[in-house]
Amino acid sequence: MSIQNHSLPMPSRTLSRRIKARAFAGDNKLFVFGALLLLVIILLALFAPWLAPYEPNKIVFSQKLIAPDWQHWMGTDEFGRDILSRVLYGARTSLVIGVTVTLIAMLIGIPLGLLSGYFGGRVDTLLMRFSDVFLAFPPLLLPIAITAALGSGLANAMLALAVSWSPWYARIMRGAVVRVRSENYIQAARSMGVSHTRILLRHVLPNATTPVIVQGSMDFGYTILAAASLSFIGLGAKPPMVEWGLMAASSRSQFLESPWTVLFPGLAIFVLVLAVNLVGDGLRDVLDPKKGTR
Amino acid sequence: MAKYITQRLAMMLFILLGVLTITFALSRALPGSPVEMMLGNHPTAEQIAAARTVLGLDKPLPMQYLKYIGDLLQGDFGTSLRTGRPVLEEVTRRVGATFELTFLAMFWVVVLGVPIGVISAARQNSVVDNAARAGSVAGMAFPVFILAMGLQLVFYGKLNWLPLQGRIDASILLDSPFERVTGFYLIDTLLAGNFGALWSAIKHLTLPVLTLVIVTLATVTRITRNMMVEVLSEEYIRTAVSYGVPTYRVHYAYALKATMIPLLTVVGLTFGYLLGGAVVVEFIFDWPGLGGFVVFSIAQNDFPAVMGATLVLATAYLSINLIVDLLYHLVDPRLRVQ
Repeated sequence: MSIQNHSLPMPSRTLSRRIKARAFAGDNKLFVFGALLLLVIILLALFAPWLAPYEPNKIVFSQKLIAPDWQHWMGTDEFGRDILSRVLYGARTSLVIGVTVTLIAMLIGIPLGLLSGYFGGRVDTLLMRFSDVFLAFPPLLLPIAITAALGSGLANAMLALAVSWSPWYARIMRGAVVRVRSENYIQAARSMGVSHTRILLRHVLPNATTPVIVQGSMDFGYTILAAASLSFIGLGAKPPMVEWGLMAASSRSQFLESPWTVLFPGLAIFVLVLAVNLVGDGLRDVLDPKKGTR
Repeated sequence: MAKYITQRLAMMLFILLGVLTITFALSRALPGSPVEMMLGNHPTAEQIAAARTVLGLDKPLPMQYLKYIGDLLQGDFGTSLRTGRPVLEEVTRRVGATFELTFLAMFWVVVLGVPIGVISAARQNSVVDNAARAGSVAGMAFPVFILAMGLQLVFYGKLNWLPLQGRIDASILLDSPFERVTGFYLIDTLLAGNFGALWSAIKHLTLPVLTLVIVTLATVTRITRNMMVEVLSEEYIRTAVSYGVPTYRVHYAYALKATMIPLLTVVGLTFGYLLGGAVVVEFIFDWPGLGGFVVFSIAQNDFPAVMGATLVLATAYLSINLIVDLLYHLVDPRLRVQ
């Protein structure tokens, strides 16, 4: 979509940027939709204390299990707590979980992949076999086992998810580093006597992170789902923390009679993960060189 | 081929040893020690010392590790703290239920996902394609427990067509019990000619299988579609089309064959997701398999049981991936030459 016609006056820098942005938005409607949705969710989470009509943990037994009405748009749960307020506050928990788990997984995986891909040889073999072992567990089972060993609770569940995910990042990083390592500029830096540390941090790392970022944006949603599942089976968040998976779990015994207690937290998870996945897909299309959209 | 199989088996044993090491490390990282769990509240110092000796915890870690491996090799997975029975016995009793669920889900995921992916790729931007793509985006965002509970609400709560939980009607097990040969109720009831029990088993299987199929179908459809799109733009496909080879033959015999290897990889990975997803699904549907057993054992602090079940599930996943690797050789003649 570049403007090549020289008979037209050359657009200014900002104008051409605006045209590019518009063209991008036109080609990536789903990405724009996802990004807007995500933005709305982030704003709702940020302003939850002002937007929530009730205290999320305020128990009013006289108002338990009220179906959605004008007083309680999403109804109330078995303790008479307002579900809308809890869904709004729950967005904070889920966003924090997604960001923290993905970042910790990257912080573990990226250095390992960097060392493995750059130095090769025994270090590489050892680290990659190590990651093979981690990946030999069915997904979700390793985080479950690790959380069981560390003790249930959201912090441990998040750590368990990050540790179980990090081998993926290590592998992807390694692959990218192996490609970058043989580039001329790396050889040149080495022949000039630049130290390994400097080459790794200044030259290899910035040129090899794109695939990891793409993977991270794709995993973000899965992380939120997995953490909600862990909370649901009793390994993650604990009361009084407000978390969507936990909300669904605690309302399980009466969901057949009061489906809204489960429906709204579930819908919230779905919308957030959908938004995040659409953004992740869009980012991959833009950043992934194989897709050639860049 | 024989050399390749040997190599792969050796690799699998190595990884299995790694898996054992992780489960060992986890079982020693317990917050409340197994001793406390065994003895309950306020044990005396003598009781603690005696229990440590019984559990072998008074020995140095490397010795404990060697004993752990040695015991496992002899089929000793420890004793369940909750039931007091050998973990191996508890696990074997439940393994059939989990496999029946996951294999059946796998079957439907492949039978539905692959053709939808192929049709989607062959008719890009058609109604089918757009529906499949929207469905796969939505499917990947759905929390498995909400889907399961939603299905329970509709098919049990509203329509009352299917049972809420369990594997078979309790009355059938009392009135007309059948012999458990394979541990797969569909097969066992058929072998026994007990059609009432078969029908009950089918009805109980429907919702859990449907849940697992819906959450994993998205991935298989999406990947099949993407690979088919790539293959369909290849020269040899265009040549085949221009020679007038019928479309279904081009799609299913030429193009699909070229996507077999990545597809097999996906099937292997999907099996892992099914086994992981089964933990949550079994918990919700009160399915008497390994997944539900893991969750229940965690709640009861029954650590030997958790690790035993984890080990069996990881081994199953590894074995499936080994089979997938071996199948590569059948579908790709180039690998046989190397």
